[in-house]
Amino acid sequence: MSTDIFILALLDGVSYAGLLFLVALGLTFIFGVVRILNVAHGSLYACGGYAAATLGLWLGGDSALTSLAVLIGGAIAVGIVLGTVLMVLLRRFQDRDPILQLLVTFGAFMIFEDLQRMIWGTQPYFVSDVVNQMGTSELLGVVYMNYQLLFVPGAALGVYLLLRWFLNHTLTGRQIIAVTHDREVATALGINAKRIAYLTFVVGAMLGSLGGALASPTTSLVPGIGADMIVLSFAVVASAGLGQISGALITALMIGLSRSFCVYLMPELEVVMPYVIMVAVLLVRPQGLFTVAQARRI
Amino acid sequence: MRYSLIAAAIAAVVILGLASAFPWLKIPLILGLCYGLAALGIGVLLRAGQISFGHAMYACISGYTVAFLGQRYPGLDGMLLIVLGTLVSVVAGMLIGAFVVRYREIFFGMLNLAISMVLFTVLGKFYSLTGGTDGMRVERPSLMGFELGRSAFETSLLVFVVIAALLVIWGVQRYFRSSAGEALAAIKSNETRLEYLGVSAKKILWQGYVLSAALCGLSGALFGLSQGLVTPEMGYWLRSGEFVFIAILGGSGHAVGAFVGALLYEFLKLYAAALVSGAWQLVLGATLIVIIYFLPDGLIGLLKKRRPALGGEA
Repeated sequence: MSTDIFILALLDGVSYAGLLFLVALGLTFIFGVVRILNVAHGSLYACGGYAAATLGLWLGGDSALTSLAVLIGGAIAVGIVLGTVLMVLLRRFQDRDPILQLLVTFGAFMIFEDLQRMIWGTQPYFVSDVVNQMGTSELLGVVYMNYQLLFVPGAALGVYLLLRWFLNHTLTGRQIIAVTHDREVATALGINAKRIAYLTFVVGAMLGSLGGALASPTTSLVPGIGADMIVLSFAVVASAGLGQISGALITALMIGLSRSFCVYLMPELEVVMPYVIMVAVLLVRPQGLFTVAQARRI
Repeated sequence: MRYSLIAAAIAAVVILGLASAFPWLKIPLILGLCYGLAALGIGVLLRAGQISFGHAMYACISGYTVAFLGQRYPGLDGMLLIVLGTLVSVVAGMLIGAFVVRYREIFFGMLNLAISMVLFTVLGKFYSLTGGTDGMRVERPSLMGFELGRSAFETSLLVFVVIAALLVIWGVQRYFRSSAGEALAAIKSNETRLEYLGVSAKKILWQGYVLSAALCGLSGALFGLSQGLVTPEMGYWLRSGEFVFIAILGGSGHAVGAFVGALLYEFLKLYAAALVSGAWQLVLGATLIVIIYFLPDGLIGLLKKRRPALGGEA
């Protein structure tokens, strides 16, 4: 393999890992507080992407900055609306079997999938103005888009640092950690666990749709991307260990890079690679790579 | 016991009667019962509180085995193909099961999904061996030595499926009442206590898992034979989702539930799919949520509440 291809694969992988990390972060964040793995997270990704693309077509930002503002604005709007809908729905099933709660999110996923198809049709969407507006740069002889080279990984890293700061240094963030740790004790201490759960859900949903919005300029939006993404982001989250935020960053890089190297070296295995990594990790460490061993509750 | 025998006889007569009165119903009935077999496989795992989003892979493995053997050795009898297809699924279930029974809940579900996606991809990519996304044709084999025409073949397949379904309901219900089956249900209620009793939860779940793989495998072999075609779509996650949907619709309280759910589902699909084409998934998803809200024990739970005797026996 030549250096050019190596660098291309590396950059593709990092950019893809950035997207993957954002979506997986939302998933793991929601899991931490409400203890439900939200299968409908994949639709949030898809809807975020579609909404950003539609807004981009309508408003059509003239400069890179306005285009980005449109992307992010669309993602936040979708996150708030769908996050609220899901939260209200799940609250009705709060005391049910965890399996049934999981199935409710699966049902919601099926509904969103069809709504998406009705609203946006089955034709691929592709709005890439922002990529051209941001220009290209050259790295070791390879010309690459600034959007993918700098912006996507930068955004992922920025969100990660912001979230860590928020969790560790603000009152609300501390309350979220407390609820994650033990909901009952947190409630006894006077924390409004309901409010915290709602907040977490909306923030997590926004992260999912932000991932979709940032992916929209470089991937064509077709039905079914939501399903692919939920499985991929689950692979990231499970390999890292559920609820592990920093771990997800590393596994997202692992999966993103191995996938992009596969694209260049063994394209047949591209789709299988993330699963192989997840299965391999879970085979050795059933709790994920970064989970600290927990006492078993009877 | 006597009541359930009578009920079984009535159900069999009704199904066969319907099929002879309306011959076009034969294939939907076969497919409905096939879905029921697979959903019962999911139902076995549901009793342990586990859910699999990838069990369509066992139907797919078995269907492809039937297609492959049928093409390679054209003389093989249909019954033998069904047995061999199911057997291959059982072996696959034993191997995969040994790995996945270490996990619970979402990990269990998603690992099954991951493995089924790998299979789906592999089947789609190896064009020379599997026919890629076009799938493989299943030639109509002889049944118990008889070379049958299309219509007679379908009729005898239907009779076979009805008999198989009744035997499976009886067998699975026996299993639920056996000590292994009760231990399986205990994985849901309190796994730690189960282990304190000296029972290996992993082993119990593994047995249940192999049984569920066998049921899905049987369903896949019959499905392939009745359709005359197997495609990778048979193992896609959407199909697994359908199985889960039917299992929840029917309820896991009694083995009959899966079949009640499956027949209802098949007829809903027959009529509703034309009315709401394009919104089929939406209808399914909404129904799933409504069922979970109002009928967490499925249709069979409805019967049980009214008449506690039903399902108590068998």
